[in-house]
Amino acid sequence: MDHFEPTLLWAIALLPLIGFVVNGTLSLLAARRRQALLLTGAGHAVRADAHSGPTDAHAGPTAGPPAVTHADDHATHPASAGRMIPTLVGPGVVMLAFVIALINFIRMLGADLHDPVIETYWQWLPVGSLIVDAAFQLDQLSMLMTLIITGVGSLIHIFSIGYMREDPGYARYFAYLNLFVFFMLVLVLGSSYALMFVGWEGVGLCSYLLIGFWFRDRDKADAGKKAFIVNRIGDVGFLIAMFLIFSNLGSLDFVTVMTAAPATFAFGGGVITAITLFLFLGAAGKSAQIPLHVWLPDAMAGPTPVSALIHAATMVTAGVYLVARSSVLFALAPLSSITVAGIGALTALFAATIALVQNDIKKVLAYSTVSQLGYMFVGVGVGAYAAGVFHLMTHAFFKALLFLGAGAVIHAMHHAYHATHSHADAQDMRNMGGLHRYLKKTWIFMWVATLAISGVWPFAGFFSKDEIIWQTAARAVGPFEPWFRVFWIMAFAAALMTAFYMTRLMIMTFHGENRTGEKERKHLHDVPAVMWAPLAVLAVLSFFGGWINVPAPIASMPVLGWLPSSEWLHHWLEPVIAQADHVFEANVGELAHATPVGGGEAFWAATSFLFATAVIAITAYILMKRKYAPADKALPLRGFANVLYNKWYVDELYDATIVRPIVAVSNGLWRFVDKGLIDGTVNGIGYASRAFGWVGSRLQTGQLNTYAFATVLGALLLLALVVLGGN
Amino acid sequence: MQSIGQMDITSMSLALSAILFTIGVVGVIVRRNAIILFLCIELMLNAVNLAFVAFSRSVGIDGQIFVFFVMTVAAAEAAVGLALVIAIFRHAESVDMKNFNLLRW
Repeated sequence: MDHFEPTLLWAIALLPLIGFVVNGTLSLLAARRRQALLLTGAGHAVRADAHSGPTDAHAGPTAGPPAVTHADDHATHPASAGRMIPTLVGPGVVMLAFVIALINFIRMLGADLHDPVIETYWQWLPVGSLIVDAAFQLDQLSMLMTLIITGVGSLIHIFSIGYMREDPGYARYFAYLNLFVFFMLVLVLGSSYALMFVGWEGVGLCSYLLIGFWFRDRDKADAGKKAFIVNRIGDVGFLIAMFLIFSNLGSLDFVTVMTAAPATFAFGGGVITAITLFLFLGAAGKSAQIPLHVWLPDAMAGPTPVSALIHAATMVTAGVYLVARSSVLFALAPLSSITVAGIGALTALFAATIALVQNDIKKVLAYSTVSQLGYMFVGVGVGAYAAGVFHLMTHAFFKALLFLGAGAVIHAMHHAYHATHSHADAQDMRNMGGLHRYLKKTWIFMWVATLAISGVWPFAGFFSKDEIIWQTAARAVGPFEPWFRVFWIMAFAAALMTAFYMTRLMIMTFHGENRTGEKERKHLHDVPAVMWAPLAVLAVLSFFGGWINVPAPIASMPVLGWLPSSEWLHHWLEPVIAQADHVFEANVGELAHATPVGGGEAFWAATSFLFATAVIAITAYILMKRKYAPADKALPLRGFANVLYNKWYVDELYDATIVRPIVAVSNGLWRFVDKGLIDGTVNGIGYASRAFGWVGSRLQTGQLNTYAFATVLGALLLLALVVLGGN
Repeated sequence: MQSIGQMDITSMSLALSAILFTIGVVGVIVRRNAIILFLCIELMLNAVNLAFVAFSRSVGIDGQIFVFFVMTVAAAEAAVGLALVIAIFRHAESVDMKNFNLLRW
């Protein structure tokens, strides 16, 4: 079959938008009704609600300000009637979109598609020679991304039903989440950089809205702002890259750009290097790479399912998608590619070190996400685009699972503390311990994810992470060859740290003695089915997800080799990245396919597996025996651990080198330029006018004689002019 | 410059007219009594009348006709002006214009 027509491609994106409109309307109506009731002062429940605000009280399971959390206690349990529609529409539209995506995927499997399918809907921006269509591009890469977004998105939506059940902003939450899915789909399906940018900014907006979802808490609102502002830095890069692409190629459509680029740009030339570096600046902002990584850990202020969907599985991988989508451009610019890989390796290692000592369960996962994103950039940076996208996919599975699992833990902890009116931190792992007795299902699922992210065979993460590490070594050709070796060692070291901090997280949370508190312990319960069912699906995906891309060398190994060699994902993505490979081989030469030391891929795969397993076993053995003090009794960390705990003081560094100077300069501008110069000029003109007016007013004495004198003087002057002036 | 004895009647009339006018002007500027001011204005009008008549000798009859107009207007002005002076006096028991300086800044 040669011809392939997508089925209802537009509906995939439109459905979540409809969900947004429906839920958004409901949320606005509810807010208005509550406000009206509040003004008339009717109803006991409403008045109780007034403690926490008219439109949207805080009732999230994460630790909020205690006074607010208790204000909307049992008395204000929200009516369930108003939740029916969001419960059905919110997850429903995303699931429907997933079904349509799945139909397209199955049809695409049979179609043997080589060229991307472009569906043009209308002409969006016809400006001079720039013509941007509102068009969707369906190819293997965007198909895969669509499946991940709608698939993982559906599961997280379902989980949210349970997690956000008691939140007064329930409809608003689903409205934002639906809107996010819509923009994310526009991002991956858009057929040009311009349309991608629309989605890019849209997901940034939704990220901001959802991080600051509980905006009554100042810290959470600030975290949202931080994410938004840091992302703007990256967006400037994206915009400049777009301008450069358009001025050099005259188009922003992916197909046109990728076809014309090899003929237009010299390999490794200045312009293409600038374009790709600016693109990477955008990607680094969105995907939280050094030096723009600071916003992602703070983004954990949002509800935990949001962290799972936006800040782990989908939005933050948009940068990786951007690089993979622009693979031809990056293949033409080796300096940019090595920068991408270098920043990725540095971020992977750097974030992993911070994750080693964090106590907040979501902070560990946040830095783990930053670290794993670094891996993906190593993958796409060294030219192994398929490997980067592969890790993107498996990471979406196991990191979403980890975040949702953490959400389940926090949910249980929050309820326990809520029941006893304790103000302890429900996210601090020092307050957990031994939870496997109370959250059995969550415990099992999270171990699956932990093994997957640590790179234990045969879990998903093993195959994807191993492939990136292997490719880093195997692609060490060209002028930057020594650097690949360095990145390879860094990636390997970060992998070992991953195994350590994830095991530490699991031990502190689920094993050992329970540190929650005597009274709270009996309130700990496992989460309802609506919450653990998505975990189960993700656990299955985290287990089997890597099997679609088992490389041949591993399949031929004695013990690890009983899995069939498939390399399916490679073949699947072949049409998208073949051109980049072609450019690479034409300009650099054949790949090395050899490691710096030791054997080939199989040898290193086995080694990293053994290392990971060993680290997990040793860590578990040591930490199981260790006694942790609850958060309020814990001693502060000393020495290097304290540096790590404070995230290498990067926030403080930025504060000192960027924020404070800007504030100081702004202060100076305000004081001297704005108040001094501008206000001074304006006020000066005013004072001068008043002074002239005062002088003029002195002439108006009210004395007839003065006026007469002035008149005579004037008459004499005129006379003098006539007589002396002559003609 | 000619001495006064050599001047013809026109020049002498004009000189007298200028002297009278100047006296009127100075009076308006330096005096404050409303009646005096009024008289000074009349003086200026009549100085102008004198100039008109003097010029009519060489220029034509128009100047003399104009004098009648001026006289008529002056009479009307005198009526109004004196009425104003009386009104002012009734208001403030004074015709000293230094008391009437309300119209200022």
